[in-house]
Amino acid sequence: MRSIQELERLATELRLHIMNMMGANKAHHFGGSLSAADLMTGIYFHGMRYDPQNPAWPERDRFVMSKGHCVPAQYAALAMLGVFPLAELATLKQLGTRLQGHPAAHLLPGIEACTGSLGQGLSFANGMALAGRMQQRDYRLYCLMGDGETHEGQVWEAARTTAQQRLHNVTAIIDRNGLKAMDSSYAAADLGHLAGRWAALGWAVREIDGHNMAEIVTALDWARAEDQAPCVILAATVKGRGVSFLEGQAQYHNAALSPEQLAAAIAELEAPVTRGAKEQAQ
Amino acid sequence: MSELYQTRFVYGEALLEAGQRYDNVVALDADLYTSTRTVLFREAFPERFVDMGIAEMDMMSTAAGLAACGMAPFVNSFAMFLTAHCYDQLRIQICYPRLHVVLAGSSAGLTQGPDGASHQSLEDMALMRALPNMTVLAPADAIETRAMTLAAAHDLTGPIYLRLGRYPVPNLHEADYTFQVGKATWLRQGRDVALIACGHMVHASVVAAEMLNQQGISASVVNMSTVKPLDVEAVEAALAGSRLLVTVEEHSIIGGLGSAVAEVLADRGAGVRLLRLGTRDVFGESATADELLEKHGLTPAGIRESVLRAPKD
Repeated sequence: MRSIQELERLATELRLHIMNMMGANKAHHFGGSLSAADLMTGIYFHGMRYDPQNPAWPERDRFVMSKGHCVPAQYAALAMLGVFPLAELATLKQLGTRLQGHPAAHLLPGIEACTGSLGQGLSFANGMALAGRMQQRDYRLYCLMGDGETHEGQVWEAARTTAQQRLHNVTAIIDRNGLKAMDSSYAAADLGHLAGRWAALGWAVREIDGHNMAEIVTALDWARAEDQAPCVILAATVKGRGVSFLEGQAQYHNAALSPEQLAAAIAELEAPVTRGAKEQAQ
Repeated sequence: MSELYQTRFVYGEALLEAGQRYDNVVALDADLYTSTRTVLFREAFPERFVDMGIAEMDMMSTAAGLAACGMAPFVNSFAMFLTAHCYDQLRIQICYPRLHVVLAGSSAGLTQGPDGASHQSLEDMALMRALPNMTVLAPADAIETRAMTLAAAHDLTGPIYLRLGRYPVPNLHEADYTFQVGKATWLRQGRDVALIACGHMVHASVVAAEMLNQQGISASVVNMSTVKPLDVEAVEAALAGSRLLVTVEEHSIIGGLGSAVAEVLADRGAGVRLLRLGTRDVFGESATADELLEKHGLTPAGIRESVLRAPKD
């Protein structure tokens, strides 16, 4: 079991991998990948039953990145775990890469579902949960969605199915960064009643600070223990979290950074890592 | 008079048989199980039947998740809803990773009848053909429907579209018929004209060929029941022995069997005329199946007339 402090260090490392693989002068989905970084760390390094040496293990817990444009955060987690080499992160979106702009399950070990058109991941997770029931396996399913993604009607078809089919081993996590591609997630569709909507469909709901690792860990443990309902974790996050000039900026949903901006971002992220290393050395 | 069968009914029985043979076969249905005939599977294997409610998009993505874990899901609805309503889910989550999911498109084509344009799938094969990795099957009779359903459950890989109808047709194949994906069946060998058909239209073409024979025109009939991948050798063989090629489908002449054969002819630079029979870039409408077939020239007499009217050059 990793300590909160260790998980926080891993989250910063994960953010650095995101920045380095995206690099400068190329448009990437910085904002949503960074907002999900703490959640991804908690899920992969604390929540899931997973053997990085055997990503096809039939009994593994499965994670579906429904907000597919943020898959760099998942690539970073998988590479840090050793599912594929860290060096391969640099091939993101290049011709011939296994690290496609949106997840390609048939190309890269560790990716469970092809997504990229929003709203489809939870249904896929439900399908894997149904297969687990039919095959008498006890694995769990995790599905990460964006809050803007919940505008998609299929999310609510799927949420109803999860509850109706009593797939209590499914955990949905909403990365509630409040921003979509153009502007606020609330601009086109009011999400003020998100908790009530999930609850009305029969889900157990927990609202947390999605950048507080202790709260993330507690919520994941709660979801694992809950066997009377599927669980949804509504995680309040900040788009671009960890890089001050990206935070809360819708224009960095999918945009390029200059080399100077990239260097500044990496320096900002490395500061606590360096500080932490010094503290450990003392 | 030989017995008549609706391929959708035969499918329901064959799906049940597939469920008995293979433990990983699952059926998903969106509130149409008496029409799609998955009711038989539902009664026999309730633990492997998933009632999705009226939610086709969710159904398609759920099937993808099942397939990713080694199950063999059959997704059931009317052909139009199955192909058009959840095209995006099918494209990204099933075809892209080439998951083994069977789409059983029930009540396909004009002969869906009274429900009208919303329910009459005349573009489904065009949509399915355009998807990479997709296999498109349109069985001609009961024997072929059973063979294809069992093959789709176990022997074939990747996504499969199975086009099923509600128009009663007699068996055209022998009981010992073995289905091979991508292989057409020659039901009749002629010298002048080759009728290349799929689905219900194979039987109509056989009858049309008999009519033409009485008027001194010798016609081959090819059951092109795999619309994708197309049996190119069968098209070439038809080319070799005919002055006129005719495709017959209960589908738009855009994007389906007619287009597939036209593509082969264009690739080969074959200077043979191709007559594409089907609906001509229009929507369907409410009427009886027979009225609609007549209106669109897809009865045996209609096919014969089209062949007789074709330019002789």
